[in-house]
Amino acid sequence: MDGYYHSSDLPRFADIGKGNKELWEKFSAYYAAVFAEGALTEREKALVALGVAHAVQCPYCIDAYTQACLEKGSNIEEMTEAVHVACAIRGGASLVHGLQMRNVAEKLSM
Amino acid sequence: MGLSLKARADSLASPAEQLRILSTPNGFPSFEERMRAASLFPLAATGVTVFQINVGKLCNQTCAHCHVDAGPDRKEIMTRETAELCIRALAATDILTVDITGGAPELNPNFRWLVEQARALGRHVMDRSNLTVLLLPAQDDLAEFLARHQVEIIASLPYYRAAQTDAQRGVGVFDKSIEALRKLNALGYGHDGSGLQLNLIYNPVGAFLPPKQEAIEAQFKKELARQHGIVFNRLYTITNMPISRFLEFLLATRNYEGYMERLANAFNPVAAAGVMCRYTLSVGWDGTLYDCDFNQMLDLPTGFGAPRHVRDFDAGTLHRRRIVTGNHCYGCAAGAGSSCGGSTA
Repeated sequence: MDGYYHSSDLPRFADIGKGNKELWEKFSAYYAAVFAEGALTEREKALVALGVAHAVQCPYCIDAYTQACLEKGSNIEEMTEAVHVACAIRGGASLVHGLQMRNVAEKLSM
Repeated sequence: MGLSLKARADSLASPAEQLRILSTPNGFPSFEERMRAASLFPLAATGVTVFQINVGKLCNQTCAHCHVDAGPDRKEIMTRETAELCIRALAATDILTVDITGGAPELNPNFRWLVEQARALGRHVMDRSNLTVLLLPAQDDLAEFLARHQVEIIASLPYYRAAQTDAQRGVGVFDKSIEALRKLNALGYGHDGSGLQLNLIYNPVGAFLPPKQEAIEAQFKKELARQHGIVFNRLYTITNMPISRFLEFLLATRNYEGYMERLANAFNPVAAAGVMCRYTLSVGWDGTLYDCDFNQMLDLPTGFGAPRHVRDFDAGTLHRRRIVTGNHCYGCAAGAGSSCGGSTA
């Protein structure tokens, strides 16, 4: 194996169903329902997915949802803002833990 | 402004070279095989309701995706003699819609004559306009002419922002397009009840499929009204066909195989059954007949015994002719489908 991530694996995502067809089908049906037009448009959901893809740092998801965002009519400025939202939440999540650091430090310090 | 493939003596200026690339196996079934599996092969016309006339390759723009390889350096345009043959053929039929395209069709000296003659025959006339042509000094009365003859305008605007539009159509094209749209709106175009139809064409600025037509139309309406106070009637989505300058882009950016795979994976039998070649007849600048404007650019004239020149126009044969297809046809059959009138499925 020459590495852990291969772009050629993305179209083979459904192969995971070979290990448990029923669970894969349930997941696929749920996934399709989540991304269908609802209170949010398909375009908005793709932008959310793009942000989450960056938060979880999934290269497959980034590839898929970059294309999906373009195919839903979003532009690079909107997509960049979605990535910054992910970045801000990740960064904020780290920073807010600084309060724990402060709590411990204050307890231990004179 | 860039040069056409032909002016650059690029090998892709040759339809034969494009067809060679398109017919090379890429790991997915040929379009013919997919159509056969969908019980749609051989594909036949269902009757001609649109008479599309491509009056030539001359254009004031050199768009990066142009399937015609049009531009200011292209001089192939329809003569009055051929235009007269088109009108004669039309007069012998009850085909309701005349769809005039190019290049920039308005730059052909016979354009206005064609419009007047087709309107005199009582036909609905569509002008596929690049919008910026309306601002050329020599065309300052063009918008009024089109309005006077109640010509439906089908205008190219790939996005409601300058960066994307200019990347595809040339620097400054977006601002000029907005100015032209304002001019058309001022004449009544795009306003409900005016009888003057202004429809926009969206095509992706890159190697991806178009959005759902209704969704992107709503987005365009909101953004063009909010940012520029512009109104229009409908927006049609068109998939970029992997030929000519878009093919050049795909190959240069190493997107060709991925794009063809995307089209093939998105093959939709419903879209394939509704392709425009089934109800359209395309006439080239020299009078040659084609099943569509894309076949025209690939030098694939009508076949299987159908007339091949407008002088030999025979409605009976052409209405039920067999369509010439190839792997480029995946472009019209992918996803929600694509045609000169937008999505088909």
